[in-house]
Amino acid sequence: MSGDHSDGAVARRVRRLETLLEEKGLLTGGELDETIDAFLSGASPASGARVVARAWTDPAYKARLLADGTAAVRELGFMEGAYQRLRVVENTETTHNVIVCTLCSCYPLRLLGPSPSWYKSEAYRSRVVREPRAVLAEFGLRLPDDTDITVWDSSAETRYMVLPRRPEGTETLTEEELAGLVTRYALIGTAAVQAVTTPAPSRSVPRPGRAAPPASPSPAPARSTD
Amino acid sequence: MARINDVGGTEGFGAIDTTDDAEPFHADWEARVVGLYNALRAQGIFNTNEFRDAIESMPPVEYLSASYYERWFTAICALLERKGVLEPGELGD
Repeated sequence: MSGDHSDGAVARRVRRLETLLEEKGLLTGGELDETIDAFLSGASPASGARVVARAWTDPAYKARLLADGTAAVRELGFMEGAYQRLRVVENTETTHNVIVCTLCSCYPLRLLGPSPSWYKSEAYRSRVVREPRAVLAEFGLRLPDDTDITVWDSSAETRYMVLPRRPEGTETLTEEELAGLVTRYALIGTAAVQAVTTPAPSRSVPRPGRAAPPASPSPAPARSTD
Repeated sequence: MARINDVGGTEGFGAIDTTDDAEPFHADWEARVVGLYNALRAQGIFNTNEFRDAIESMPPVEYLSASYYERWFTAICALLERKGVLEPGELGD
């Protein structure tokens, strides 16, 4: 990734392009802010978590979700799949699913929010299809040897979301409380859902521009910051 | 022939930084690039497939040394030149 120096250079070039396009009448002031707001608006893993909690509590909904993800999430007001098909893949006692886009970064943005950086990295994209068990272990998810792992490679036409297993001990929780347990890592398939959310120090991350926490098990590569 | 973006199954990319970076952008310019992409695509200056192709046809060394949104910006500039919106070199270095 870029260091601060080239980051400043690219920032200047982006600004210059904006100015050029405004001079050519192809952009108006404030237009970019609107499209950025539209891009982020409503795109959150809370949406995917709501879908999962509904599937856990309503077997008929779950059946519809697995049969036609695009239509089932639309029932809850989510538009993932306006241009692509959404397929939801279910984890069971014997099978685990994980999603990737080996070619670029295809991802169910409306349901999961903007993707984590690692999802777009060459390391994840190249390795998860070759050695998924080892990759999942790097995320702290150690699966039994007899668990089958299926890796779903997203495309321009089809996006995937994982329906994680409902953890034991959550029988008394409401749908909303259940949704609160579901993380975006679980929706990608790089984590399981835990019955109680506990802060994981190695996962908690500083905001851009601050140093990695000293407790980090391995030093994070340099990341561009503003 | 596979292009540089087709990394599935290849070796040599090392460990995964599993950091959960919840912020969608690491710098303001990254958000501006996404805004440019959305605005120009909405105007029909290029479409999604042309954009993907522009990223995926980057020379391998340039592709691998660029950050995610640097690739987006490179692709947008290349498409604007190809479509005659920008003169070659108009943006400068």
